[in-house]
Amino acid sequence: MLKQVEGSRAVAEAVALCRPEVICAYPITPQTHIVENLGEMVKAEHLTGCEFINVESEFAALSVAIGASATGARAYTATASQGLLFMAEAVYNASGLGLPIVMTIGNRAIGAPINIWNDQQDSMSMRDAGWIQLFAETNQEAVDLHIQAVRLAEELSVPVMVCVDGFILTHAYERVDMPTQEQVDAFVPSYEPRQILDPAEPVTIGAMVGPEAFTEVRYLAHYRQMQALWLIPELAEEFEQQFGRASGGLVHPYRSEDAETLVVALGSVNGTIKDVVDQLRDDGVAIGSVSVTSFRPFPAKALRAAIVHAKRIVVIEKSLAVGIGGIVSTDVRMALAGAGRPVHTVVAGLGGRAITQASLREVFVKAHRDLLEYLTFLDLRHDVVHREIERLESQRRSGPVAENILRELGSVADRIG
Amino acid sequence: MRTSHVKFYQTGTFTVGNRLLSEDDRSVQSTLERTNSLNSGHRACQGCGEALGARYAIDAAMRATDNQLIAANATGCLEVFSTPYPETSWQIPWIHSLFGNTAAVATGVAAALRVKGRNDTRVVAQGGDGGTTDIGFGCLSGMFERNDDVLYICYDNEAYMNTGVQRSSATPPTARTATSPAKGPEPGNVFGQGKNVPMIAMAHEIPYVATASVADVRDLEAKVTRAMSIRGARYIHILVPCPLGWGSEPQHTVRLARLATESGLFPVFEAEHGEITDRRLIRRKVPVEEYLSLQKRFAHLFKPELKMDVIARLQAVADRNIRRFGLMNGGDD
Amino acid sequence: MFQVRIHGRGGQGVVTAAEMLSVAGFLEGKHTQAFPSFGSERMGAPVMAFCRIDSREIRLREPVMAPDALIIQDTTLLHQVSVFEGLSDSGYVLINSSRSPAVLGLDEFFARHPQIQVLTVPASHLALESVGRPLPNAALLGGFAALTGMIAFESVAAAIDEKFQGRVAAGNIAAARAAYESVVDVKRGAA
Repeated sequence: MLKQVEGSRAVAEAVALCRPEVICAYPITPQTHIVENLGEMVKAEHLTGCEFINVESEFAALSVAIGASATGARAYTATASQGLLFMAEAVYNASGLGLPIVMTIGNRAIGAPINIWNDQQDSMSMRDAGWIQLFAETNQEAVDLHIQAVRLAEELSVPVMVCVDGFILTHAYERVDMPTQEQVDAFVPSYEPRQILDPAEPVTIGAMVGPEAFTEVRYLAHYRQMQALWLIPELAEEFEQQFGRASGGLVHPYRSEDAETLVVALGSVNGTIKDVVDQLRDDGVAIGSVSVTSFRPFPAKALRAAIVHAKRIVVIEKSLAVGIGGIVSTDVRMALAGAGRPVHTVVAGLGGRAITQASLREVFVKAHRDLLEYLTFLDLRHDVVHREIERLESQRRSGPVAENILRELGSVADRIG
Repeated sequence: MRTSHVKFYQTGTFTVGNRLLSEDDRSVQSTLERTNSLNSGHRACQGCGEALGARYAIDAAMRATDNQLIAANATGCLEVFSTPYPETSWQIPWIHSLFGNTAAVATGVAAALRVKGRNDTRVVAQGGDGGTTDIGFGCLSGMFERNDDVLYICYDNEAYMNTGVQRSSATPPTARTATSPAKGPEPGNVFGQGKNVPMIAMAHEIPYVATASVADVRDLEAKVTRAMSIRGARYIHILVPCPLGWGSEPQHTVRLARLATESGLFPVFEAEHGEITDRRLIRRKVPVEEYLSLQKRFAHLFKPELKMDVIARLQAVADRNIRRFGLMNGGDD
Repeated sequence: MFQVRIHGRGGQGVVTAAEMLSVAGFLEGKHTQAFPSFGSERMGAPVMAFCRIDSREIRLREPVMAPDALIIQDTTLLHQVSVFEGLSDSGYVLINSSRSPAVLGLDEFFARHPQIQVLTVPASHLALESVGRPLPNAALLGGFAALTGMIAFESVAAAIDEKFQGRVAAGNIAAARAAYESVVDVKRGAA
């Protein structure tokens, strides 16, 4: 059924349709509306057969999910930013134990300086934690990915993060085609665990493993994610057959077939990128884009196939590997190793800075003319940075950088965008 | 089942003769039906108080639940010595997740059991003092506050033994550990404010809190049994001497546990909904020196010269416990 | 694509206004997108929300930089925030006030942009009368429907009815209708 609904509400409804049995909730902006909605559904008994547990931290939220999942329940939680870092140890643990928990990340920057706005540094910080990471481009895809994630997680016994850009998607009202309970029931069977804490057949879960077996256990985690590389497109195809729309999969190429310049990005920014691609195509520029839906496992082969004609790649990424530059682009370079095509890193949208069509257009045109640096910070205020660097060099006690910059900028309340 | 009114222990040892009891009253460990939940063959040290405590506690919980039990275990000695293949010792469904999240994992297990309608299966969480009073404290408090249906058992050996004997918030004043060495003008652990987790558990007004020791394993079994008869959050704090960390003889484990209670340093009591309902009375009060002098972690109190002033401060701690918990008034011995 | 930017202060229902406008457009079969300016939720702080309306899928995720219409819920923002930034030269401005644009000191701006259609409507006053609380957001949407013709009043009423319940919904719809009719009257007078 078509609905005009807030992204968080849509995600909550999708999660509820998947019949979760234990939901652990701890609030953190911008994910909070999701668990609030789910809590209300449980309290009002619209969502039955589900325990909703208000915990005391994100660390506890995922830990409760771990216990519940190991006892055979379909477990769900959601978090963002500092919350994801606070549960980091449990993030690795859930995947190490092979527990198919589904977790929504309302993508948000990581401090310091504290910042509640969107970027994708949080998910990136956990990219090697053994979870599958799927990035939604729209709220429709966020809904669809959650439904696919439950199936994917449980088939492989691997936890899945569905990454949804904070505010830009979580707080956006847009139209979503909400599936029916019958449709979701037909797609997501009941959970059949590979391992379960059951007095009838006692098992030890989480035993200590020494050097004699640790590599093998870790390899099998990698093996399961490699399996996801074929299962993800297979589920997307099945999803399309049953729900009548394409959603999910590994990558979404857009006007890429004959593109000489190809833009790669994750999440909601792909919408703006597509608009700019269309504008540049109208101007005769051979440009296209690829939205990477599955960041873990990384779809190297699918990406190679999508960019076969490209002379250069521009990766727009909402995260920063301090000391080297790009995170997504490092993986893109690895996927294209030997192809001899330049991969440009454009760090954009950090801490919620708007990624505008105008700025993207400028950077794409520059790339197309082979004038773009390997590492660019989109819309960086160079003058402000230079003044602070001068201050750092001229005074020993130069003070907190963040405060200096804010003083430099003056009032920001009157700015648009 | 209370055993304090049955007085046929051998003089001086307090050892209860099981064979003198009717079969119904015998301890869980003395029955043929004991489950050996923590089986032999594990790699705990000689004289390990934690292995002893865990075996009695979990077997008692098994009997109380008709063997329908799941355990969640914190990182620590108990987890390490009981799991590496081929020494895997658990005969029950058992999960280890992390050091600091055991209470939350158990909450998750309990939630799953509830939602699955498996109300006959129960969950026990267990960890050492580090996993309970320090790193796992937030999750523990959360579990208490929500009154989740979990029995949490802390095996307190008063330091981080698994990592090589470092100080925890349960380490007593003056005790030598790797991070509170017997050096300088005030050797050993500081006289801090202490962190009485059983009292903190009581402050949550949860249905049941108890302390116990491996010197009185029948009392321990009785408390676990009582705890499993109650729904909601429950906490049992068991003193488990550690020969390695305390610098004591393996054969002194039970004796040290008894001296800790008989000196008043470790009060043994029960509480329901935040109020103390029972305590184990001291039968023969001993000065704290008797307890301290058997342990190398306190050796600097006795050598090179006797530090009576410091020992007096520790005696004051014991005496305060005796007053506070009423460990000597109204004794029927 | 028609783009709307709503300015107000925390607590005035700015975000809700954008959401209701998006619902109204959706009910007419249009593609719409509403989102807030993503600030911390504090009462009284300047707040923006955005709404896009189009006949096809909206992919753009940038804030509304070049609005076709502005709704200004609080006149104290007029000289504090760059509310008119990026406004289309043939755009619309709807201001919550019982005073005229001239009294609000905007003559000079609108003299420079003669194609811009500007109106004031006493939305807080209308809401106070029919809802009992001076929350101008719903009433302004009624005025917006009349001013721009982008959306039918019935759709605005239906969106208000979806967002609120019972007496609050009815009161807000009444306020929106009053605003709608007053704007229609002014436009008729001007024509």
